[in-house]
Amino acid sequence: MFDTEIQPTVYHKNSLGSSPVKVEVRDVSVSYGEKQALFNVSLDIPDHSVTAFIGPSGCGKSTFLRCMNRMNDTIEGARVTGSLKIDGAEINDRAVDPVVLRASVGMVFQKPNPFPKSIYDNVAYGPRIHGLASSRSELDDVVEHSLRKAGLWAEVSDRLQDPGTGLSGGQQQRLVIARAIAVSPEVILMDEPCSALDPIATAKIEELIDELRENYCIIIVTHSMQQAARVSQMTAFFHMGSLIEVGPTEEIFTNPLESRTQDYITGRFG
Amino acid sequence: MALSKHTHIVTAYGEELDKLADELARMGGLVEMQLEAAVAAVVRRDASVIPEVRKREVQVNAMQVDIEKRVIRLFALRQPLATDLRMTISSLKIASDLERVGDLAKNIAYRSKKLVGFAPLELMHSVERLGVIVGKQLHEVLDALSSFDIEPAVRVWRNDDEVDDHYNGLIREMLLAMSKDPSLVGPGAHILFVAKNLERVGDHATNIAEALHYIVTGEALESTDHPPA
Repeated sequence: MFDTEIQPTVYHKNSLGSSPVKVEVRDVSVSYGEKQALFNVSLDIPDHSVTAFIGPSGCGKSTFLRCMNRMNDTIEGARVTGSLKIDGAEINDRAVDPVVLRASVGMVFQKPNPFPKSIYDNVAYGPRIHGLASSRSELDDVVEHSLRKAGLWAEVSDRLQDPGTGLSGGQQQRLVIARAIAVSPEVILMDEPCSALDPIATAKIEELIDELRENYCIIIVTHSMQQAARVSQMTAFFHMGSLIEVGPTEEIFTNPLESRTQDYITGRFG
Repeated sequence: MALSKHTHIVTAYGEELDKLADELARMGGLVEMQLEAAVAAVVRRDASVIPEVRKREVQVNAMQVDIEKRVIRLFALRQPLATDLRMTISSLKIASDLERVGDLAKNIAYRSKKLVGFAPLELMHSVERLGVIVGKQLHEVLDALSSFDIEPAVRVWRNDDEVDDHYNGLIREMLLAMSKDPSLVGPGAHILFVAKNLERVGDHATNIAEALHYIVTGEALESTDHPPA
């Protein structure tokens, strides 16, 4: 499917802005069986910032996102090589427990996936299994705090025992964001979090992302160029399994340096 | 359009951008005609072209409005990015510069009516020369625009010094002549305005050069692009 030629990445200057590096990626490649899906990706991802991964379907952006919390471990025949450090600690180290890793690297998917439980239990689930609350009142606090941060508290505070699956799509997405926040993550991964939402619900999620970036390192995969432009500070363009270009979002969308980036974001035949 | 070797997946979008470039080229052509007619009218002290100039002025203004509408439509419906974004936003600026040039040309042409009653001025060859230099600047930058070629655009940008030098020389000569012979004050005042208007046309040509440089490179023309003084 992919040619094996390695494409050199174009890095813009000052991609990180003033933010420190949160995730340091060096030479990460991913293969599924015989098929290589990602080729030697190297990239620094800033903290307190939103980084967008864009590119056509099958370009490797979601594969790369799944490396961040070792979701590829769950896929039979998947092989990940290279180094991926969060705060300087190698996450592919055997000593790292993926369950603990996934608490600090939360993930939000395309389709909201609340547990078939109450709104309260959806949020309380993580803190309970990770032992993050020692009493009921402490747990109540974590739930309220997380729902507030996810911008959902006002809408659900009077019906915390209702099933999470009964909420609207946009509310469900904010619920799973609250669920991710509840276990105090460092990094939040979002894989097309708004693709199933209407424009109003999308705007609420985007507003939420903008607020959350103050405290977290957020990485978002999106097919909407406008969304990448609206929410992110740094943008990385993937094509055919390679990272083609990385730069400040404003530069990528006004003056990309690579013709493939240009063709993709302007909607041309590449 | 030479900005990308690939065409848009949505054909209609590509066509709208192409049409924008075409309209700019048409407006540029019209404005060039206006300037040429205006300079000739003044130099020959022949006001007969004024009705035609006035007619074209209406067309030029309508074209600016049309280009503005196209730009607004592109932003609202297509959300252009990268080169398309730079092309769209710059078209707005270029159309506004061209409209100003059209206006200045019209003002120059109107001066011919005032000059008819006066004896021919010796300095007129200098006005003609300024008109030729400025006309060339405008022509070259519009040529560069139609081919998205920045090299001639940078040349035009640098050449503005020549326009300014010639303009300053002309003003000096005119003032000197007027102080020696007060009967020249009447036509001289009109010539000063004509010269000033031509110099302004030159400035608009450099604005267009800057816009074109931005369209093609994404960067502003820097003073480092200027030759050492």
